[in-house]
Amino acid sequence: MGITARNWREYPQRYRLEAAKCSQCGKVFFPPRLICNQCKSRKFETIKLPGEGTVKTFTVIRVAPTNFIDEVPYAIGIIELLEGFSTMMQIADCDPEKISIGMKVKLEFRKIQSDGEAGVIMYGYKAVPVSE
Amino acid sequence: MEETKSMRDVAIIGIGMNEKWGELWDKSIRTIFTEAALNAMDDCNVDHIDSMYIGCMSGGLFVGQEHLGSMLADNLGADFIPATRVESACASGGLAFRQAFMDVASGMSEIVLAGGVEKMLDVDGGAATYALSTAADQEYECFHGVTFPGLYAMIANAHMAKYGTTRKQLAHVSVKNHMNGSKNHRAQFPFKTTLEEVVNSVMVADPLTIMDCSPVTDGAAAVILCPLDLAKKKFANKPIIKVIGSGHATDSIALHDRKDLTWLSAVELSGKRALKMAGKKIADINVCEVHDCFTIAEICVTEALGIFEPGMGGPSVESGITNIGGKIPVNTSGGLKSKGHPVGATGIAQIIEITEQLRGISGDRQVNGAKVGMTQNMGGSGGSSVCHILEVN
Repeated sequence: MGITARNWREYPQRYRLEAAKCSQCGKVFFPPRLICNQCKSRKFETIKLPGEGTVKTFTVIRVAPTNFIDEVPYAIGIIELLEGFSTMMQIADCDPEKISIGMKVKLEFRKIQSDGEAGVIMYGYKAVPVSE
Repeated sequence: MEETKSMRDVAIIGIGMNEKWGELWDKSIRTIFTEAALNAMDDCNVDHIDSMYIGCMSGGLFVGQEHLGSMLADNLGADFIPATRVESACASGGLAFRQAFMDVASGMSEIVLAGGVEKMLDVDGGAATYALSTAADQEYECFHGVTFPGLYAMIANAHMAKYGTTRKQLAHVSVKNHMNGSKNHRAQFPFKTTLEEVVNSVMVADPLTIMDCSPVTDGAAAVILCPLDLAKKKFANKPIIKVIGSGHATDSIALHDRKDLTWLSAVELSGKRALKMAGKKIADINVCEVHDCFTIAEICVTEALGIFEPGMGGPSVESGITNIGGKIPVNTSGGLKSKGHPVGATGIAQIIEITEQLRGISGDRQVNGAKVGMTQNMGGSGGSSVCHILEVN
């Protein structure tokens, strides 16, 4: 139901972590926008988001939507990648009980879900703990 | 935001719901809506309506039916009237009420129905979870497998880390709302519960258990509005309830785009706008229905509306101040938690609870001497919020 095109057009963000930085005030938007909500500028430059960040908040999903039912329990959180810029992703490769706010993570390229049993596989980013 | 001075004063003259909300297997979406709408028309003995607004979040995903304005107007026998379906996720009902209020206030229509409906139990749990998740950012939240309990769980964890809000304080919201709902014959789950039961029930998204979450529900609600002058002339056999304030605000629908994950800016702004129009302060409110889709939501909303200081929502519910008989009773109906949450109908049912409180007909749930009441209806994780202030004439 349109999932394939919908996934394809998000490739720059999901595969290459491309964001738009406002040329006037510096605010970062992910996905890119056409107008800055802070200073109303319409000029942006493309930047690559950093591959490391910290956990701002998280939860462990135990009742999942249809596409993720086989994966429970899984952790998901809001990761701060730049000062004042955060986005959401799963937190993988760790015991969900060990996750804490403020924990350092790095981003890895992973399979996120597939469009039904025989459908297209959709990739993207997940956070994994940085080993100290 | 300056309100225009040429608006007419507006009153609520009729209210109606289904006899009980819950699993209404034997009734279709058209039937449950028409039932509530006819009950509202009978409550004030009107024989026609001039236009109507229906809040419904997702007729398409829950029952495969769009074009609800026309279908429901036809089923109500209100042939050829202008009928509009309104969507703002779980705030659809509150927003439908606001559109109806504006329709009457502007002078466009005289007798207007504001309704809400959601038929959620025709699909299974996974499909319902998916349908509700469409109120979040599909590409940047849902893509990663988040759910609505998951989003509010993240708000809860952030609130607990920032303010020291406790697991037990969250449970107090559920215990209070089930206590209130146990006195509401229309409630889907009118049982009482305990702190232990809430904390120890099935975990949905840590730290929220199923007893922190509002249920999926079939249900509808409707109210009738008209100009205050007409209400005084023709509908004065019941206390006249004036709509003195209406406020609406939006915010990013992606939770991660907000600076403070514990603060609901749309709730704050919609509340301030409604209070400003009403010429009231939050301390003037005697009774309040707020959007407790999850226990943490009630805590955050009472803070954002300014009822309590930031971080004091948890200690306040624990102290009993929001109980019936407390200083500011919140969710006397049982809230979304106990009464049920047919998403499109919820905002209208909140208006009905406050109308009944101000009419003085709430029975065991009555807040003595209530003169001014407030409703707050939220969309998504706080991406939209609609507030209304009602006063008995």
